Formats: sequence, C-alpha cells, structure tokens
Amino acid sequence: MSLETFQQLNWSIMTPEFIILGVIAVLVLCDLFMPKTLDRKILGWVGIAAVFAAMAATAAMVGGPVQSILHDTFRIDSFSLAFKLLLLCGGVLVLFLAVSYEPKDGVERYQAEFYYLFLAALLGAMVMTSSGDLITLYIGLELLSITSYILAGIRKFHLQSNESAMKYVINGGISTAITLFGMSYVYGLTGTTNLLEMANKLVTLANSNHVYLLTLAFLMLVVGLAFKLAAAPFHMWAPDVYQGAPTPVTAFLSVVSKIAGFVILIRILLTVFGFAATKGQGSMPILYDMQNYLAVIAAATMIIGNVVALRQTDIKRMFAYSSIAHAGYLLVALTSLTTNMFDSIWFYLLAYLLMNLGAFAIIQVITEKAGGTAIADFAGLYRRAPVLAVAMGILLISLAGFPGTAGFIGKLNIFLGAFYAEPAHYVLASIMIATTVVSYFYYFGVMTQMFFRPPADDSKLNIPFGILVVLIVAVVGSILLGIMPNIAFDFMQNNLDIIGDFFK
Amino acid sequence: MNLQSILSILVFSPLLGIIVLAMLPKTQEKAIKAVGFLATLPPLILSFAVYAHFLAGKSLSDFSVSVPWIQFHGINAQEPIFSVSYELAVSGFQLVLVVLTSVVSTLAAIGAVTFIKKEWKGYFMLFLLLVTGMLGVFTAENLILFFIFFEVTLIPTFFLIGKWGYFEKEKAAYSFLIYNGLGSAVLLIVIMILFAKTGTTNIELLKEIVGDPSGPLSADFKLGLFIALLVAFGVKLPIFPLHSWMLRVHVQAPPSVVMIHSGILLKIGAYGLIRFGMGIFPNQFEKLATLIAILGLINLLYGAFLAFIQTDFKMVLAYSSISHMGIVLIGLAAMNEAGIQGAIFQVVSHGLISALLFFLVGVLYERTETSLIDNLGGLAKGMPLAAGFLLAGALGSLGLPGMSGFVSEFMAFLGLFKVQPWIAAVGTIGIIMTAAYLLRAVLGMTYGRAHREFDGVLDLRGVELVPVVVLMLLIVLIGVYPSVLSSPLQATLETIMLGLGG
Repeated sequence: MSLETFQQLNWSIMTPEFIILGVIAVLVLCDLFMPKTLDRKILGWVGIAAVFAAMAATAAMVGGPVQSILHDTFRIDSFSLAFKLLLLCGGVLVLFLAVSYEPKDGVERYQAEFYYLFLAALLGAMVMTSSGDLITLYIGLELLSITSYILAGIRKFHLQSNESAMKYVINGGISTAITLFGMSYVYGLTGTTNLLEMANKLVTLANSNHVYLLTLAFLMLVVGLAFKLAAAPFHMWAPDVYQGAPTPVTAFLSVVSKIAGFVILIRILLTVFGFAATKGQGSMPILYDMQNYLAVIAAATMIIGNVVALRQTDIKRMFAYSSIAHAGYLLVALTSLTTNMFDSIWFYLLAYLLMNLGAFAIIQVITEKAGGTAIADFAGLYRRAPVLAVAMGILLISLAGFPGTAGFIGKLNIFLGAFYAEPAHYVLASIMIATTVVSYFYYFGVMTQMFFRPPADDSKLNIPFGILVVLIVAVVGSILLGIMPNIAFDFMQNNLDIIGDFFK
Repeated sequence: MNLQSILSILVFSPLLGIIVLAMLPKTQEKAIKAVGFLATLPPLILSFAVYAHFLAGKSLSDFSVSVPWIQFHGINAQEPIFSVSYELAVSGFQLVLVVLTSVVSTLAAIGAVTFIKKEWKGYFMLFLLLVTGMLGVFTAENLILFFIFFEVTLIPTFFLIGKWGYFEKEKAAYSFLIYNGLGSAVLLIVIMILFAKTGTTNIELLKEIVGDPSGPLSADFKLGLFIALLVAFGVKLPIFPLHSWMLRVHVQAPPSVVMIHSGILLKIGAYGLIRFGMGIFPNQFEKLATLIAILGLINLLYGAFLAFIQTDFKMVLAYSSISHMGIVLIGLAAMNEAGIQGAIFQVVSHGLISALLFFLVGVLYERTETSLIDNLGGLAKGMPLAAGFLLAGALGSLGLPGMSGFVSEFMAFLGLFKVQPWIAAVGTIGIIMTAAYLLRAVLGMTYGRAHREFDGVLDLRGVELVPVVVLMLLIVLIGVYPSVLSSPLQATLETIMLGLGG
C-alpha cells in the first residue's frame, strides 16, 4: 500500500478508536514522567473525558451509511454503532467506579495502569463491534482478554486477586484455543477470513462432509465464545474471578466484557452460519438447524446460574451467578432468531448494564467499608444509609424483572420473541420464567439483609462522587426505561436499521 | 377536569402521599400517620363519585382512557408494531371492586394507626404503593397493564409482612413471594403467548379473537391456556392444594395488612378467573365447569373441617377464607346468572367480613397478646363491644339472613342446584360446618369459661370503632338491600352470559 492510498482511506470512521488509543498513549507517558508523589486519579478523569469524546464521535455517526476500510476488515454499520454506544456507556460508568475505588490495602502504586488498562480493554471491545473479518475480531478479542487478565490481578499483594487472575488466564486460554480451532475450520472450508465473503461461499455448500465440519466449527465457536459471556459450559471462572478481582474490574467483566461477547457471537453466528445451507442451495441454514443446541446452552446457563446463586453467601459470587443467569436470558433471545432479536438483546444489555453497574457501585461502597464481601455485610443498610438501601432495592427489583423497571421490559421483549418465533420456544421461555422466580430468592435475600436485619455496626457510609454519578444514572435509567421504554425503542427504530445494514 | 383523567387520578393519587411521606422526617409520628390516612381518601372519594355517576344513569364508558404506550417494533415485517396501550376503564363489576378496595384501604389505614408500632414512614409508603397496585389491577383494560399492577402489589406486601409481622414473619413473607411469584410466572406465560399469537392484550379484543373458531389459536391450545390461567389465579384465590402460603400470611402478617390481604388481594384471584377465565375463555370454562365445581367443593369442605379443629382464632379465619373462596368457585361453576352473581357477591361480602374479623382479632391480640380461643374465654365480660361485633361478624360470615353472606351463599347454591344438584347437595354440608366452626370459635371466646382476668383490658374505643362500624353497616346494607351491588353488576353479568351463549 502506497502512502497515497493510505492517506485516501476514510480514517474518520475510526475516530472513536483513535481517541481512546491516543489517550492511552498520553496516559502512559504522563504516568512515566509524573512525579511519584502526584495523585494519579487525575489520569482517571482524563480517561473518563476520553470515553465521553469517543461516545460523541460514535453518536455523530449514527444514521449514516454503512462504511468500511482496510479491505472490509473494519466496518461501521448500525449493529456496530448500537453496541459500541453500549460499550462506551458501560466503560464510562466503570471508570467512574474505578476513580472512586479506594480499598484499605490500596492500589495506589499501580493506579495509573488501572485506568489505562480499562481503556485498552474497552478499545478491544470496540474493535470487536466493528470487525468484518475474523482476524480483526480475534485481535479485538485478545486485546480485551489480555488486559482483563492483568486487571483481575492488579492487586499484586492480594491473594484472592492473584488467584482470580490465574484462573482467568488459564480458562481464557483454553477457551480462546477452542474458538480459534473453530475459526480455523471455517477458514479451511472457505479460504477467506472475511465474514461476508465466507457467507457468500457457504451459501453454495453442497458436500455433506463439509456440513459436518461446519457443524463442528459451530459448536467449537459457540462453546469457546461462551467463555466471554460466562455462559455454560464455560462459566466456572466467573465466581472465582468476580470474587477476587477489584470491584470495578468485576463490574467491567460482568458488563462490558459480556456485551463484547454477545457482539462477537452474534456477528459470527449470523454471517457465517446464517446462510450456510445444509442440504444444497436454498435449504435450511445451519444456524436454524442448530437452534436446539443454543437452546440447551441457554437453558443450562439459566438453571445453573439461578440455582447455584441460591447457595452463595458472598455478594460478589452471588452476582457472578446472577450474571451467568442473565447471559442465559440473553441467549434465549439469540436462540429465538426473530427479527426483533437485535432490539431485544440491545435493550436487555442496556437494562442489564444500568442495573448491574448500579448494584456494583453499592457493592463497592459496602465491601470497602466492611473489608469483606459477605452478603451479611449488607445487614441493616436501611438504617445506616437509607438512600443506598432504597437504590439497591430498586436495582435488585430490576434485576429480578419486576414491572416498573427496565429489567421487566427487557424480559418482556425476549418472551415476545420466543413465543412469536416459528416454531415457538415454549419450553425455553417457560424455563426462563421459572428460573426468574427462583432468582427472587437470592435477590430478596439481599433485601432481607438490608431492610429486616439490624446493622452490625452503625458507622455512617460516605458516598464518593463517582459512585453517586453511577447510582443516579443507574437508578434513574432503570426506572425511566421501565416506565417509558419507547425512549430506547424509538431511538433504535428511527436511527439504526441493524438488519438492513448487517449483510451489506 | 375531564372524566377521562379520573381513573388515572384515582389509581395514582396514593403515590402523592408517598412523595409527601418521603419528605417528612422519620420521627414525626403523628404527621406520618395523618398523611398515610389522608392519602387513601382521594381514591375513596373518587370511587364513590364514579359510583354516583353510575347511579345517575350515565355510562361508565365515559371514564375509559386509552393512550399509546409501548411499541415493540420489528417483530415481523407484515405487522410492524406490537403495541401496548395505557388503558384504564371500569365496568360495573370493576367499579364494585374499586369501591371495595378504596373502602378497605382507608379502614386498613385507620387500623395501621393503632396496630403499627414502629417505622411508620416505611410502612405507610409501602402501604400506599400497595393501594395503587390494587386499584390498578381492577381498572387495567389490557393484560400487560394488569400484570404490571399485579406485580406491583407483590413487592410492598412482601415487605409489609416481612418487616411488620409477628414471630415467623420472614418465612411467611418468603412463602408469599414464591407462591405468588410462581402464580404470576404462569400468568405471564399465558399473557405473552396470547400477545405473541394475537398481537394484542386488550381484553375486549382478545374476547373476539379467542372466541373466533377460525382464529389463530387451536381449541386444545385454548384449553391449555385456560388451565394455566386457572392455576395462576388458583394460587391467588387460593384453590386447594395451592393454599398453604395463605395460612402463614394470615397468621404472621400485621392485622392491617391481613385486612387488605384477605379483603382485597385474595379477590384478585376471583376477579381474574371471572374477567379473564370466564370472559376470554368461556367455552373452555364450560368444559371444565364440573372440575371447577369439585375444586370449589373441596375448598369449601376442606376449609370448613380444618377450621373446626383450630385452636387459634386466626387459623379459624384463615381456613374459613379458604372455605368461602370455595363458594366463589361453586357459584362460577354453575355458569348461570344466579351462580355468577352469587360468586361476585361472595367476593365483596367476604372482603368486608374478613376485613372486619381480622381487624377485631388484631385488636384482641393487641390487648391480650393472644389469639388462642381458649385463652380468650369470657371475653364478653371484659370487652363487651368487641365481643358483640365479633359475634355479629361471625354471623355475617356464616350466612345469617339479613347480612351480606346470606345473599351470596344463597345465590351461589341456587345457581349450582340448577345444573349440578349432587355437588350442590354435598356442598350444603359445608354451609352447616361453617355455622358449626364459627359458633364454636366465637362462643368459646365470648361466653366460654374465663381463663384470665380482663381487668384493665380496654374495650374498643375511639378511632377503632370507625372501621368496625363502617364495615358492619356495609355488611348489613348489602344483606337487606342487595341491589346496591346487583345494579352495577347487571351489565357485566349480561356480557358474561352472552359470552357463555346463554
């Protein structure tokens, strides 16, 4: 590529990524040259500003045409914009948590890394949303994963943090290997890594041996990517890692990392397997053939997540299982494969982002104060800090999917799709509703602690500014989207034609 | 103020009280109690205004309101929007339940002033949220809105039981949450299937679509949906064997909450069965009428026999609720005008009587710290007023002519005798048993052998007399002049009978 063609490329569509990348570089340099005595927290605020700028740059592209550069490896379509906005929202809220994170034993020595590693992980996730090629997808995935490993273990002298990082690396490595293995089959069959070209080649797939290979590739990809979603069978890392990692990192893993996981899963499944015919041209695509496997994974994820959460006494472990359960709900939407799938997954992820990050904000305050992560530390919160208790109550109600909150509308949307699909997924949707009832037990268990039990110590809790911001956004957002969900639905409907753009 | 906004104001006015309460400091006991009580008045006044509007001969449809609310886009290309509107309306049947709800809510707020000893602020905020939920349940015109209000009643009730109840309150709160959660889960499945298959949740539209034999639902499918609906509302009513949660709640919850719970919340089950079960699936209801009659019979007899051997008066009343809900089922299973009217009368009558009796039990427990029948022997000497009202309430409950219980039982059985004489004949044993267990319990308390001194135990006084007298008057009013109830119900009954093809 000559310099001239290099300059002619439409680099402006990568503005959000460049903003984040530039700020990471600046932060690294600043950290190097800043005197040791200076508080690195200011760098965190710079990071927040950068994410806001990237958000504005992304929002400016909403409603525009589908564009791609670098041989279609990087593309901007409605799908990537919609999910990139979600990632950036999640990222900025996590950074607000990070600047307020002050555990008793301290992370001051690594504080600056703490901020720019978040940005790097976010960058990886953003690249994933915009990839049109397996190579860029994989690079995004690895950037996200490797930075997450470091983040999980960033508290160098904290035993649990070390343990969680170790487990995360090993599990992540295995699942990445499986994913790559799956990708290699698809590459071998088509001779290309570009997703749309693959889709075109697979339409005419005739050899039944190839179908067999493709099925194998499908299973390996789904299983491998289940790791990022924290879905069964690769969910076991979640409780240990969530418990040991610093709370903002846990929040990041449970929200941003999960959104990225869904992005890559949807992108690969729909383009590669959405058209790959099983019995000659025009026959049922392999994705529809494999719906039952997705349904089994979804059901197993919901059941495992919700049932095991019942037995937890540690709040972060409980939220790990809860986040596994929510991945299961989202997989129900993916399994249904109705045309409103994008809307319902996007809306549910938005709702989940708000309620989960809000809940982690409160968990961060409580666990920092108590020095442990037991659910019992929430006892008497209503007496100690009524505002926090009520906010947590609202967020838990949203997580449990009660009406009046975003969580309910999100679930409604998923049910609607599951029952509308032909053939309708009665069993899967019923499992989802039943396991939702099971989830009342553990969500209300926290409520019992907060409202019914007397406090162990009466000391007041002070709420740092960053936490306050996250809480206000989360609580107001959860209620607003629960009462007027059309704000989000109309935004999607009027600006983003995901289905129309997806295969252009 | 135009008429269309009245129902919205009626439903949401208690929320204003919540906002005012939120701004009051925790320690202002008097002000909190006053606000909590006053916030129940707007629904009360408005519901009577709506009733007056009806009595003046004007149409209740003046109050109907429908505003577009949520649009679920992009489910399929042909029918681009699945929309849910914000629709409130009242028919005669709904009006009766709205009036009942607002009356019992106001009286329960008065009850709470005496019964609740701690954290009034939280109590009244949750209580007012519960009132909004109940009023919404009875005025919602589509299933999604109904479900939303239905679940809104769940959360405050959980906290009201779990925080302000008696010794085993948390267990009771949990069993309430899980049973009702499962019931509403089944309900949600039915609602979402109907929504996905027909594209609407408006109740009137659903009646047409489901009634149409060439519609999108097959006959077996409709039967399945109806059975699911029966289970969902069976938990709420409750129908044997789904009742155990309700016993715990009645014993453990604070009296002012039990007034609401037994007076109104259980009635949501009956309301749902009549409005959705019978309204949307009339043919399926007819197919299962015998089964429902038998279920009603089981409830009636099971409740009555177990009530007979209880030693705790609260348990007697709890089992008596099960027994009385059996009469609702029996009336409905008759599938004729008398039966259905009897069932609805029973819903209202039991709402009033159980609110009265549970209020009295609350007062007794407060004064004597017991609700065991033996320990309360000789009550008539120490608390003559309370004992008198207790006896009067029990007589109403067992169906003494001249009181509301008689009208409802009489009509329900009249209806069933026409179609299922054998089941009805067995059912009359239940009526005799009702007299037996209520008189055993009440006489044991009022005139039984005194086990203790009632010196220094205060009788009903002051503000406590208000709920007792008001409820008693309403019970007698319905008993001697049943058309206060039957005239608003007329139109509803005609529509139901039309649906049944009779």
